[in-house]
Amino acid sequence: MSREIAIALAGNPNSGKSTLFNALTGARQSVGNWPGVTVEKKTGRLKAQSDCQLVDLPGIYSLAAGSVDEIVARDYLVSGEPSLILNIVDGTNLERNLYLTTQLCELGLPVVVAVNMMDVVKRTGDRIDLERLAAELSCPVLPVSALLGEGLDALTAALLQGIRGELPLPQPRTFPAAIESALADIADLIRPVAPSVPGERSRLIALFERDAHEMERLQLPAGVSSAIEERISRVEAEFDDDAVSLIGQERYQAIQRLLASSRLEHGRGQLTVSDRIDLVVTNRILALPIFAVVMFLVYYLSVSTVGGWWTDWANDGLFGDGFFFLGRGREAYDEKFEEFELAEMSIESFEEEAEAAGLEAEAATDLVSEVILFGESGEEEDRFPVTHADYLAALDVEEPDPAAFGPWVPGVPVLVEQALEAGNVSGWLHDLVLDGIVAGVGAVLGFVPQMLVLFFFLALLEACGYMARIAFVMDRIFRSFGLSGTSFIPMLVSTGCAVPGVMAARTIENERDRRLTVATAPFMPCGAKLPVIALIAGALFADAWWVAPSAYFASIAAILISGIVLKKFRAFAGDAAPFVLELPSYRLPRPGDVLRSMLERAWSFIKRAGSIILLAQVFVWFATSYGWADGAVRAVEQDQSFLAVLGSAVSWIFAPLGWGHWQAVVATITGLIAKENVVGTFGTLYGGFAEVSESGWEIWANMRVHFTALSAYSFLLFNLLCLPCFAAIGAIRREMNSARWTLFAIGYQTGFAYVVSLIFYQLGAMFSGTGSIIGFIVALALLGVMLYLLLRPNPNRRPALATARS
Amino acid sequence: MKTLAEVQIGDRVQVRRLHGTDQVKRRLLSMGITKGTQIELRKVAPLGDPLELTVRGYELSLRRADAGCVEVD
Repeated sequence: MSREIAIALAGNPNSGKSTLFNALTGARQSVGNWPGVTVEKKTGRLKAQSDCQLVDLPGIYSLAAGSVDEIVARDYLVSGEPSLILNIVDGTNLERNLYLTTQLCELGLPVVVAVNMMDVVKRTGDRIDLERLAAELSCPVLPVSALLGEGLDALTAALLQGIRGELPLPQPRTFPAAIESALADIADLIRPVAPSVPGERSRLIALFERDAHEMERLQLPAGVSSAIEERISRVEAEFDDDAVSLIGQERYQAIQRLLASSRLEHGRGQLTVSDRIDLVVTNRILALPIFAVVMFLVYYLSVSTVGGWWTDWANDGLFGDGFFFLGRGREAYDEKFEEFELAEMSIESFEEEAEAAGLEAEAATDLVSEVILFGESGEEEDRFPVTHADYLAALDVEEPDPAAFGPWVPGVPVLVEQALEAGNVSGWLHDLVLDGIVAGVGAVLGFVPQMLVLFFFLALLEACGYMARIAFVMDRIFRSFGLSGTSFIPMLVSTGCAVPGVMAARTIENERDRRLTVATAPFMPCGAKLPVIALIAGALFADAWWVAPSAYFASIAAILISGIVLKKFRAFAGDAAPFVLELPSYRLPRPGDVLRSMLERAWSFIKRAGSIILLAQVFVWFATSYGWADGAVRAVEQDQSFLAVLGSAVSWIFAPLGWGHWQAVVATITGLIAKENVVGTFGTLYGGFAEVSESGWEIWANMRVHFTALSAYSFLLFNLLCLPCFAAIGAIRREMNSARWTLFAIGYQTGFAYVVSLIFYQLGAMFSGTGSIIGFIVALALLGVMLYLLLRPNPNRRPALATARS
Repeated sequence: MKTLAEVQIGDRVQVRRLHGTDQVKRRLLSMGITKGTQIELRKVAPLGDPLELTVRGYELSLRRADAGCVEVD
């Protein structure tokens, strides 16, 4: 069997590469990562020849500027795997796009150039002599419009020709004689140590440019390196310029000569539609309001409304009891169900009262009990008396059957439960499937609808060109704590939910910024943390107004501090190269591309994040529902479970934070499934009830026994900042594409949370007169370390920056 | 030495030389900024940084600090 043929698709960002890739491969695509980096790798089978793979390289402007994307692309191109390069260039911006082409032509592989956006080129009045261009570049140059699907047949024909080995190798540009002779000398110098390869010329030029990556790859002996260095310096002295600038200039001059002969007409001058849009959109005065409106819409639609509704439907309907088809019958049913709930509470309260009085409830005609209704975070909402007549009436209220109110579709757990019961499955397996696996799958899939909506908007913003403007507008703010404007969207979305927030980091181009954003975005107080804040505020601070804002403030401060502190470490230190951002022309995106990008990202979440979420879910379910009782592992109440044992064993760790009792530790661990579980666990552990309905717990008083205001706030701080829920950890794992970086991220978050809570609690305790001197000293020391890390000068600051400031 | 960071909005300037490390130069070169390139400062972001430039017929955004590496006439 012959080896599979691979074609590498290379081109600038915004050149329409994804659209062309989709057009050439259709649905036969797979998405993964390049090994070891967060860069996405897409491959697809050519529609015209299915044993031929098209490999989508990351969008790059050059092969030699040193970014991760460029290294990935270069490594692949010289790996010997691809037998042909398809280079897509933006016809409306040939000058810069051909820069990469000149580098690709040196790799010793046949190249096919596709000039994209020919429809736009024609509209602006440009005319390009492509035959002339092809002759000059000595490779086929074909006009296409990936958006309209024009020119694809001719392009495919050229690719097939290339696969059959019928295309000549492109003739690389020649440089001025002095540089050429230096390249020849370098070739002589490395010949004894490095065997000649097809992409020899590219390698020589890289060595001439002192490309660190190439030097490392060749591992030249010191003698050879210094001889090369001496040779480069001679050329530099001759031209009074450095090697990198020389090569770059020569390339651009060659391109300008090329275009001078092949560009027949140049219809520039008038403002394009894109220019006119940009005049408004990034206008000095209007930019921020427009930006705020766009962001509000994205957030509102994907987190609050459309996405939120779908997520609620997935969690409570599809993976809950069930749902009404198209919502019909929901209102009537809800009303009846509320009546039923009130009746249940009346019965419970009356029977308790009767039992306390030593009476039979049925016969206690003179007894009156009271029902108190509590709000979501435990505050009292309403109370009403229950008389004997009310009690009897309540006994007659039946639980409404949803199927009687409209087209009712039972949820997955209900269906699975029916199937399990029909199959007479044993108890533990029943529980494992239902409470472990189905709940876990639900936890994974529950996020998907919200993500689909968000990813739709992200793809739309990227494809139309506004994403780059967001970075342009927000860069000033984010740069001051070590990130760039591109981090804005992940942070914004994380205030709703860290899972799509972390996944949104995919749109950040710089790998270090991406890692830093992924590591810090989960600090944001997401929707699930709000009930925790509300509970603490209600139970220990009498619903003081400042608790929630201060929690937000602490979270945002955590992001700022982490940004500044981590940026000073080598692994996160800013790219040595400057931050450059192309502001592409505004374009109407192709619906197919937007939908495909949306589905791809959602699928990659399910596939790559799903497994970790599911496993963790099953583990915590097991640990909370099972325990060691009567010499065997069996189902037990939560306070006797393995988790409670574990909580007691490690609770001493949290004593310095002021809450070293096992209940708080267990609540924190169950919070890893979803942060709002902290509230439910508190309900169980402090309420003392076997079952706690959301509106009926009386745990405030019990909590006050275990917590002081100080330790409760410390607990809140820790839970806001420590490692996020499993779903978010799964998303982090997906984006970091490395177990090491994932562990670093959650380790850092937890460590940071611990230190902050400790400092807060110990200093607070000292000032309120209950602290210990050792705790105070430790807290001061940690605070000192933190301030040092925060304020020390950046050791990785690049020198160019310092001299460039005027 | 006048740099790109000191140019006024609407000004067209010509690049004289690139400064900074090889990394800085590589990145600037890959975006089309070389000796002799015409650059126009189109506008400044609402918060005063970064800059929006027209280089070789397209729009490029550079931070002020990085624009300081580009010496112009």
